[in-house]
Amino acid sequence: MSKLVLKNVARHYGNVEAVADFSLELKPGEFVSLLGPSGCGKTTTLRMIAGFVPPSEGTIEMDGQVISSPSGVVPPERRRMSMIFQSYAIWPNMTVGENVGFGLQVRKLPKAEIERRVDKILDIVQMRALRDRYPAELSGGQQQRVALARAIVVEPEVLLLDEPLSNLDANLREEMRFEIRRLHDEFKITTVYVTHDQGEAMVTSDRIVVMNKGRIEQIDPPQVLYAKPKSRFVAGFIGRTNIVQKDGGTYSLRPQSIGLSTSRPAGNAVEAEIVGRSYLGEYWDYQAKPLSETKALRVSAAPSAIFEVGQRVWLEIDPAAMVRVE
Amino acid sequence: MTVSALPTAATPSVRSRGFDPTWLLWIAIIAVLLFLVVSPFLHLLVTSFKSEKTGAFTFANYAAAYGRERYVQALINSLELGACAALLAGVFAIPLAWAVSRTDMPGRGLVRTLVLATFVTPPYTGAVAWILLAGPNAGWLNKLFVMLTGAESGPFNIYSFPGLVLVIALYSYPYIFIFTTAALELVSSEMEDAANILGAGTWRTMRRVTLPLAMPAILGGLIICFLEAIALFASPAMIAIPARFNVVTTQLFQFFGNPVRVEVAAAYAMPLLVVTISLVVVQRIMTRRKGFVALTGKGGERRPIALGRGRWLMFGYAMLIATLSVFLPYMFLLQAAFAKAWGRGFGLDNLTFKNFHFVLFEHATAATSVGHSFLYGGASATVATIIAVGVAYIVNRRLIPFADGLGFLCVAPFVIPGVVLAIGFYSAYAPPPLALYGTAWLLILAFTTRFLPIGYVNANAAIRSLNPEMEEAVRVLGGSRMTAMRRVVAPLLKRSLLGAWLLMFIPATRELSSAIFLYGPTTKVVAVMIFDMSDEGNFEYLAALALILQALTLPMLWIGQRAIGRDFMLRRTAT
Repeated sequence: MSKLVLKNVARHYGNVEAVADFSLELKPGEFVSLLGPSGCGKTTTLRMIAGFVPPSEGTIEMDGQVISSPSGVVPPERRRMSMIFQSYAIWPNMTVGENVGFGLQVRKLPKAEIERRVDKILDIVQMRALRDRYPAELSGGQQQRVALARAIVVEPEVLLLDEPLSNLDANLREEMRFEIRRLHDEFKITTVYVTHDQGEAMVTSDRIVVMNKGRIEQIDPPQVLYAKPKSRFVAGFIGRTNIVQKDGGTYSLRPQSIGLSTSRPAGNAVEAEIVGRSYLGEYWDYQAKPLSETKALRVSAAPSAIFEVGQRVWLEIDPAAMVRVE
Repeated sequence: MTVSALPTAATPSVRSRGFDPTWLLWIAIIAVLLFLVVSPFLHLLVTSFKSEKTGAFTFANYAAAYGRERYVQALINSLELGACAALLAGVFAIPLAWAVSRTDMPGRGLVRTLVLATFVTPPYTGAVAWILLAGPNAGWLNKLFVMLTGAESGPFNIYSFPGLVLVIALYSYPYIFIFTTAALELVSSEMEDAANILGAGTWRTMRRVTLPLAMPAILGGLIICFLEAIALFASPAMIAIPARFNVVTTQLFQFFGNPVRVEVAAAYAMPLLVVTISLVVVQRIMTRRKGFVALTGKGGERRPIALGRGRWLMFGYAMLIATLSVFLPYMFLLQAAFAKAWGRGFGLDNLTFKNFHFVLFEHATAATSVGHSFLYGGASATVATIIAVGVAYIVNRRLIPFADGLGFLCVAPFVIPGVVLAIGFYSAYAPPPLALYGTAWLLILAFTTRFLPIGYVNANAAIRSLNPEMEEAVRVLGGSRMTAMRRVVAPLLKRSLLGAWLLMFIPATRELSSAIFLYGPTTKVVAVMIFDMSDEGNFEYLAALALILQALTLPMLWIGQRAIGRDFMLRRTAT
């Protein structure tokens, strides 16, 4: 049975359609990301799952029970979920230990049991030593760990994360991605993760829901999403791509699917001129304009493959790498 | 291990939308605000059109109120007084504000403290002190002048229009100071650096960049000062009446004398109300105008401007103002409070403690009046804090439709001068069915309404600074909205609400302009007591009582500074 089911969920604010016709099923223990640019409706969807926002249409079910519908919602406090907020929402008037123990206190667990669980989870997020500190004395990354511990310690039915890493600096963000996935592998909590960062979504998720303008563009595992984007939007949003027109169809062609050589290769190839290039350390980003075209293609090449601007080259294109998009 | 205290998967029920308990709260708050704000205002309006004898609709009250030239003259006097006092206060406040917030003038902390001391001096206490200082003949400054020059008599006469302007300006300039410092502290040094690097010197930069950026706030402060001056009752009553001219508030007081002509008073109060409302609207538009980035953006880095030798000149100017508003007045209040007769000077043979003993233990009502002030002030500050927090929370969390309307009602009393508010409360609740006249309730309710805007502005600022995600985190983890209020919102708001409470309590303990119309024989407050003593000419007792009131304020200031910061009374949200 599915853990969480969203059926044709929609949310309007006046005439504005924030989310439309959103359907999604999560298996128990699955990690799903909602990915899209700001204003695409991903946070509204998350807040509908949490119970803060009632849907205008459709239903949300957990374990087969309707928890949200236009006629009423189970309030957030009775959903047995946890949520990690963009601001972390660590309560500054409570110590790390009190923050983490709060949910267990609300559940009226015995004091000793609360202590034990708080210590255990703080060990797991490596924050045990800071148990009696107040949040104002913690760094952003440490606050993030407290937020994670506080959300996980209650063993929620569903864990919701709302852009949890957007306030961290780049290095820490990278590290916390793996941390979140590690905790998921350890606890197997069904998770919905909202982000606008494709890297975060790809590292953490079993499946990714790409959203645009309140609608679902595509739902697939990261590899499929990258290899077989269904729409121009997905192709452009997940990684870099070239959109090419061929035989009346629109195709996505990834820069690294194009081979570059000075002599004509055996396969399907066109002659082109290098019109621009950038060196990015891990690879070269060339702009190569086929002689018969007006628009340049972006081509990735190894750092050792050096071509000069103005040089004639051959582009080798594998027809199988061309993915037809809408 | 499963957490089982919460409903299990089988039980969650979908709550129906039919009845929501927040509606009850909504209705209760609307009822309270109708009672405290809307009803007195409507009664004021209705009363002004009601015939005293028949209760029928009439314009006769307006005819009576403006039928005589001297009534109209009083109105003109008020406007002139407001304008002159605001301008003079600007001359005091603006250089001081600039020097304190933007320059390396020495003793900036001291100057702030002295402005605070001025601010917490009730206008009537200041007026009495200046009567001691510059009363014709007997005033200390006149005596000094005679002693130094050998002239027949001194040149100073506080019982005059300029005298009244000076006294009002001296005790209302802190309003402009607060507005101006708040604005100047938002002008970043980078904006001034940009002018400097293009070749402008310190003075030109101040004239072309800094002051224009702060101008809307300065004008706003001038307007508030003007409104304070025209709404003031005590100083005009003590100074203008002996000087044989009237202003609106003293004229209103006379309409309220025997027999009480509340209908005429209501009609006569209308222009004051109209002027106040329009100017507050102008002030709001001005200080909120977009485009003045300096007032909306972050402060950025600020370095004090080096004044060179001019810094001592500036310090001298600040000390001159402090001498006029704090040093001299308190020196001679102290002298009078400890003197057998204040005119006999500083000699040891004139020293006595009996004035304090008399007002505290012998006078029939003086000590109880202090108790009343603190009791009514405490009650009204508490009620107003509760209402303000409730409404601010509802408005910020958008718990109910049209919540902004409730917020508006909470700040609306700001535009109603104290005397006018009192007339509204008198006509609404003095007669049956409530018949509150002579009871403490009438004063408590009026004080609550009068200071509610201060409470609301502060509560609103405090709640706005709380990220709603803090409460959502509680709810997601299984806590109710009440748990969120108790465990997170209340602890986080504690300090700022204590501050809001003090900001209402302190002025409420010294409130005169609404109390003078509403007190009864058993509900006299200390401000009324002081006013009566000035009427009787008992300056020694009066000085002792006024100093007791000031001494009682000190611990509250200390608590406020400990709880929410050194300048808590000199912030924009304080006025």
